[in-house]
Amino acid sequence: MSNKTNRRDFLGYSFAAVAAVGGAASLVGMKQAWDPLPSVLSGGFTTVDLAPIKAGTPETFVWRGKPVFVLKKSAEMDKSERDLIIGEDRFIVAIGLCTHLGCIPAWKDSMWKCACHGGEYNSSAKQTFGPPPRPLDVPPFKVDGTKLVLGETGPEYNAISAFVATQA
Amino acid sequence: MAKFEKANSVGEWLDQRLNLTTFNKVMMTEYWIPKDINFLWAMGVLLATTFGILIISGIFLMMYYKPDIGLAFDSVNYTIMQEVAFGWLFRHMHGVAASVVFLIIYIHMFTGIYYGSYKQGREMIWISGMLLFMTFSAAGFSGYMLPWGQMSYWAAMVITNLFGGVPVIGDALVVWIRGDFNVADATLTRFFMLHVFLLPITIMGIIGLHFYTLRVPHVNNQNSEEFDFDEEAEKYLAGNKRESKVIPFWPVFISKDLAVLGIFLIFYFYLVFFHYDFAMDPVNFDPANNMVTPAHIYPEWYFLWSYEVLRGFFFDIAGVKAFDVGLIAFAFANVIFLLLPWLDRDPAILPAHKRPIFFIWFWILMADLIVLTVYGKLPPTGTNAWVGFFAAVAFILLFLVLPIVTKIDAKKRGAL
Repeated sequence: MSNKTNRRDFLGYSFAAVAAVGGAASLVGMKQAWDPLPSVLSGGFTTVDLAPIKAGTPETFVWRGKPVFVLKKSAEMDKSERDLIIGEDRFIVAIGLCTHLGCIPAWKDSMWKCACHGGEYNSSAKQTFGPPPRPLDVPPFKVDGTKLVLGETGPEYNAISAFVATQA
Repeated sequence: MAKFEKANSVGEWLDQRLNLTTFNKVMMTEYWIPKDINFLWAMGVLLATTFGILIISGIFLMMYYKPDIGLAFDSVNYTIMQEVAFGWLFRHMHGVAASVVFLIIYIHMFTGIYYGSYKQGREMIWISGMLLFMTFSAAGFSGYMLPWGQMSYWAAMVITNLFGGVPVIGDALVVWIRGDFNVADATLTRFFMLHVFLLPITIMGIIGLHFYTLRVPHVNNQNSEEFDFDEEAEKYLAGNKRESKVIPFWPVFISKDLAVLGIFLIFYFYLVFFHYDFAMDPVNFDPANNMVTPAHIYPEWYFLWSYEVLRGFFFDIAGVKAFDVGLIAFAFANVIFLLLPWLDRDPAILPAHKRPIFFIWFWILMADLIVLTVYGKLPPTGTNAWVGFFAAVAFILLFLVLPIVTKIDAKKRGAL
């Protein structure tokens, strides 16, 4: 190899190195430009008061633009390890989006039924029919007296999400 | 620098600088087209025209459309539809063209499949065409989202959720694509950008590529006859037009294209003026509401077949979750056409009616796609779910047996 060729090679390698660093840095920047904005991230908390909820009919709250179902179980409903027990009451807290493709299931005859693709979930939010691959997801929450702070995590959440993970 | 002489006309002046005469010959007057082709070969010009209509009507819509979740719905349904002069016309032209462009793409695709135009030497035409189909699909979907109606919102919800099926990073990927925990303002604005800039410019680039891919292998013909284009062109240029198997694109072949285009445009404007609603779902006239899902959601007609393949698998198979089977089948449906040139094991290029088993295969595929399309719109319950399941399985099986089918045909003919 002549000296001249080496010189050209060196220029080529130098350019490749600069282009690779610049390209990688650009990709990181572009990736981050598409990430949720800080205002979106910081607005992600919702407080729900459990005290006024009536047994047997679920209520829907909004957290991070998503529906969250809170069902206070009535006496005849099955008990589950997923229940959030506060005093005498058992609650089911779940993100109200079908785990198949994200439609909102509706409460019908003591189960959530998704109109989009026929998925069904029982009163413990476990999938019982159709394409949903797993139970309704558990939103992160912290218990504060009779209040639920959605978006933070507490020990009750950790226990329940650990149980749900085994149900998939 | 080349030598320039005093030009006697504007044309000559430009010709010296841009070589327009040669350009015109290569692109138009000496771009050779076989004589033996029918109206189905006019779909390219139809598509180019429809794409032009989409661009122009889109520019007019963009002047009043507001990509903001608080304003989008009214900017379309009030400002454009009620206030802007001819706003309704631009919207309907855009909406109908977006739907009709897929009808023509499908005809174009299946003409290619029927006549074997994806095979030996023409693979790049086929691949660039399928890339166009994919980018058009992305453009169609991102545009459907913009009016921010109920169907727009939930379509965006479902489609972005599909990325949740990607292993490990799925959930984070969905949030990243949306720019929010939910389909929200960030999602709308970035889809607006995709729809009005990035995707159209990508489409234009691939259209250029698609045209270029035709230049070397040339257009196929009804009998898939192989001949020397240069030789036939010489005959034509020597004045032996009757014996030559080719004609120039301009002005000879284009006349037929334009006749077909005339009929197509009558059909298109009939739809625009009298049946514009076929491309519009009533549910999309409800403003988007993230707390209520419509009772039954489905995509536009042109995505129904692959949607039905996705949801056709509604029960777990061999320990694999129904959701994953559906996603895998959906991914299969969306890439398998791309591999067609290699699934077809017949060494010859022949139209389907000269390949007996392939001919049957082709029409079963057509029938299956129609069944998938029809059932894709019906609620997936009871018998419907099972019809969808079997049609989805049939779709996959058809592509799995294609290499065998094409080999048998070739063997019977004595080609293998």
